[in-house]
Amino acid sequence: MSLLNHPSDPKVKETATVNQNKAIMKQNGSESSIDKEQVTRMKNKRLDLSYSQLKWETIFRRLLMIMSIILLVLVVGILITLIWQSMPSIKALGIKFLWGKIWDPVQNIYGAYPFLIGTLLTSFTALIISIPFSYAVAIYLGEYNTKGWLSDLLKNTIELIAAVPSIIYGFWGLFVLVPIIRTFEAKIGVAPYGIGIFTSSLILAVMIIPYAASLGTSLIRMVPSPLKEGAYALGATRFEVIRSVILPFTRTGLFAGVLLSLGRALGETMAVTMLIGNTSAVANSLKAVFFGPGNTMASVIANEFTEADHTVYLSALIELGLVLFFVTVVINLIGKRIITKFTNN
Amino acid sequence: MENTVVSASKFNAWFGDNHVVKDVSIGIKKNQVVAVMGPSGCGKTTFLRCINRMHELIPGATAKGSLKLYNDDVYNMNPIYVRYKIGMVFQRPNPFPNLSIYDNVIAGYKLNGLKMKKADLNNIVEKSLTSAALWGEVKDSLHKKGTFLSGGQQQRLCIARAIAMEPEVILFDEPTSALDPISTSSIEALFHELKANYTLIIVTHNMQQAARVSDKTAFFYLGELVEFDDTKQMFTAPKDSRTQNYITGRFS
Amino acid sequence: MDARIGIRNTKSILFKGVIVFLAFIITIPLIIVLLYIIKQGVLQVNWHFLTNVPAAVGEAGGGISNALVGTAIIVGISSLIAIPVGILAGIYLSENPYTKLAYYAGLCVDILQGVPSIVVGIVVYFWVVKPLGTFSALSGSIALAIMMLPIVIRSTEQTLRLLPDSLKEAALSLGVPYHRVILKVIIPCGFAGILSGIMLSIARIIGETAPLLFTAFGNPFLSTSITKPMESLPHIIFTYATSPYDDWHNLAWGASFILLMFVLLLNIFTKLITRKWKIQL
Repeated sequence: MSLLNHPSDPKVKETATVNQNKAIMKQNGSESSIDKEQVTRMKNKRLDLSYSQLKWETIFRRLLMIMSIILLVLVVGILITLIWQSMPSIKALGIKFLWGKIWDPVQNIYGAYPFLIGTLLTSFTALIISIPFSYAVAIYLGEYNTKGWLSDLLKNTIELIAAVPSIIYGFWGLFVLVPIIRTFEAKIGVAPYGIGIFTSSLILAVMIIPYAASLGTSLIRMVPSPLKEGAYALGATRFEVIRSVILPFTRTGLFAGVLLSLGRALGETMAVTMLIGNTSAVANSLKAVFFGPGNTMASVIANEFTEADHTVYLSALIELGLVLFFVTVVINLIGKRIITKFTNN
Repeated sequence: MENTVVSASKFNAWFGDNHVVKDVSIGIKKNQVVAVMGPSGCGKTTFLRCINRMHELIPGATAKGSLKLYNDDVYNMNPIYVRYKIGMVFQRPNPFPNLSIYDNVIAGYKLNGLKMKKADLNNIVEKSLTSAALWGEVKDSLHKKGTFLSGGQQQRLCIARAIAMEPEVILFDEPTSALDPISTSSIEALFHELKANYTLIIVTHNMQQAARVSDKTAFFYLGELVEFDDTKQMFTAPKDSRTQNYITGRFS
Repeated sequence: MDARIGIRNTKSILFKGVIVFLAFIITIPLIIVLLYIIKQGVLQVNWHFLTNVPAAVGEAGGGISNALVGTAIIVGISSLIAIPVGILAGIYLSENPYTKLAYYAGLCVDILQGVPSIVVGIVVYFWVVKPLGTFSALSGSIALAIMMLPIVIRSTEQTLRLLPDSLKEAALSLGVPYHRVILKVIIPCGFAGILSGIMLSIARIIGETAPLLFTAFGNPFLSTSITKPMESLPHIIFTYATSPYDDWHNLAWGASFILLMFVLLLNIFTKLITRKWKIQL
């Protein structure tokens, strides 16, 4: 009670001033100090205005809808453009384009196999390298250290990895990473190109970590604490709680994060273009392919699009773009679906 | 009949397929305080929101029947104009967090783009805040943000905001349910002052409040208007057994 | 029994050690890249560098003024296109979450977010470059605007969803028409969130190179005409980094340094805003 009666309590002050207010009101009288005529005029003006406003309201609602329709038009337009422009190549080369082993524009031979191999090899190598790191970040920020400056610092740093433009990773890789890899390759007895699929994968691995890591962090933070406490109450160690409660609970969500990372890796262009060596020939041993130069779908488009001097050549490149578009969109949508499902549960 | 401000006849409202207001007919006279009470989910708030056409803003919400402000059917009027004429105060105080106290009071003018002289605006602010019994407390801090005030003060600011538009009717949707007892009593005291100039319709789940502040009381049950009578009559000798049950606390 | 608990505890501690090690070691590549770019780039940057166009091969000096002006123009036009469209579409999505249009528009935002930037470049090439018959800054801006859109839309949508309905009702009950409720109440109240989304989207596209390869192309001279090819920071880095000349590499290091600073500043600024207004993006 003593708390309520404290003079600085706003509620107590309020009642006192209410009475004061009443006194002021009586002095002023309750009639309006704006004259009657002015009030009527104002009300008429308001009535007029309300009709013009109603018109604007409709226009505004339409505008919002139109902007959303633009999105549909944009996506459908992208799809149609890609399909339309790929038609010459689809007609000329058919479905076997996808596994044709040779890409030789000079001879007019177009096969996508070298780029499919290059893309899959770089993306999955990068993914495999990145997974332990992104899971570690997710577990650390989601479970071990969820608050405080160190947690914030690491979180912001990881986000910064995604913020640095890929051209900068490519440039740095070309001048710093490539010589290191070259020495390494000489030591293990493969042709010391320096550039190539392996080098690209390393850079890609770093670049895609933030996507799985930040999603994983927020998912692990969503694990209900009663679940964890239940396990602790049974005498489980922290490692056992993570292994048998947290990871199973977040498994699908973490997988979605990996899918988002994969989507990034497949479409990544600049860093890969600068580091992969841009060779459309495929070497015959896996080791030579892995450590040698290659090409991805994105990098061959970046390199040859402006040089493509006849219809089928250009169209074949666009068909690669179409394939890339389909694959990344499907992977992303699956990832997003899993996340929505996970967060709704 | 000419001093009937709000009248409904055979008025119905739905949320999708859910029939929440059923065949309500009522006539509310000028300068009265009308309390609308009933157990939760009885359609009292929905009916209130139909009066200034806020109900239709919810997706899937529909209404049918006649609802008049004086002699004009509200549903044939421009909804914007209806809301100029019928003000509303909500369950939780909701001053605009981006506006000062001063701008909150004249928000109706400002946000509608009505150009006015500075002197007139000052006048409106002072008059409205005085009517809402808030002027004395805030006159030195008019340019602070409205959200700095206490809950009760915020609610009075919202009342001032409604008064500033010079409405015919002010609707209150459980205006004190989010407030402490002291703030509640200051708002209730205000109802008596406001009656002189406005017609007040107050939805409340609190029977004591209905008995304290209103001239007439309407009792809603399962979407129907069960009884509408002088408050005194209603609380001493209700005609309907359902009203009797409610005010004696046999169901809630 | 005691021994088993000991083993389990050791295991738990070891696991934590591995996690901490992996989580922190991954910041090392980033730090190395940042330091390297700063070391190589910071010495290149001076007044001359900022105000001159690149020198020819073999000549000393030269700068990147063409790329700076170009990036400003291209990103500026992208923002002019993407911000209004993005904010309005974001408003639609947050205001009408259950309509069919909102469902499909939301799906399109997800798709746009996943489209590889190089594909956007191809498409805009056929939409703008081919009809106009020339590479142009305008086409580059359109490509980047498409990349910006999903970020602006999602941040607007999410910010506005967090605002309480009572705010909108308060304004509507005063007879404020819908468009004024949105423009004068809802957007000002969600301003910080929308702004940080915009800045994040600019930070994301300012370094995009792939969509510019077939659109804005590049231009060794200072150009301000939006219907002509135009140089940009990321594109000048690509061109000069892959050239065989040391002078040009130095130009590219300087450009990288400036690009990096822009990106860092935009990110830090966004962080400050989101922290001040406690927004979650």
